[in-house]
Amino acid sequence: MSAYVINLVYLMLSAALLLGFIRLAKGPSLPDRVVALELVASIVAGIVGVHAIDTGVASFLDVAIVLALTAFLAAIGFARFLERGGPRDD
Amino acid sequence: MTEILVSALLLMGAALMLLAAIGIIRLPDLPTRMHATTKSGALGTALIMIAVAFYFAEVAVVTRALAIIAFIILTAPVAAHVIGRAGYFVGVPLWEGTIKDDLKTSYDPETHYLRSGFEEDAPKKPAASKKTVKAKAKPKR
Repeated sequence: MSAYVINLVYLMLSAALLLGFIRLAKGPSLPDRVVALELVASIVAGIVGVHAIDTGVASFLDVAIVLALTAFLAAIGFARFLERGGPRDD
Repeated sequence: MTEILVSALLLMGAALMLLAAIGIIRLPDLPTRMHATTKSGALGTALIMIAVAFYFAEVAVVTRALAIIAFIILTAPVAAHVIGRAGYFVGVPLWEGTIKDDLKTSYDPETHYLRSGFEEDAPKKPAASKKTVKAKAKPKR
């Protein structure tokens, strides 16, 4: 795999991760932060895929599976927490 | 040949992820941000996983990559729906340029009651909707 493409993809995904973290830090309300958290999880799953191609170790895909699963469960949990009206300090 | 295909898929996936991140940082309110992230984020991950499947081209890896894609495509809309619903009910302010808010006439933010518009008790409906409009005008979401 050409190192140029891999590095470019890493750079783009890192920039995306940085922008997601900015929204996570400053997002005005809790649902904004939950959306940013979901985006960060899916970007990290992408980075795991790129890293699997980079190193040639296919076992990294299991990490991506677990990450996608926990991100979904976290989103559902946060949404139920919000709808039930739990205590929150945006 | 495979290298060109994998490179193109990786670059497209990363570009979609970057687009989603730019969208979440630039767009003005919760539903528009979700509009940016859920679709292009899921598609970006799916493209990167397709690239992984083409790169390794083994049965075990392809199966896992397809499992990830199926899982993401199944769960992303559900999570987006649930978060969007919770965000609207919690009262996250919409962008001031919003021109259409269909839930506004059928959701009462004080009683947290969502009417479908097909209720049986027809005489009660106009009164309830009038009260909803009055309640809506006061808090100014």
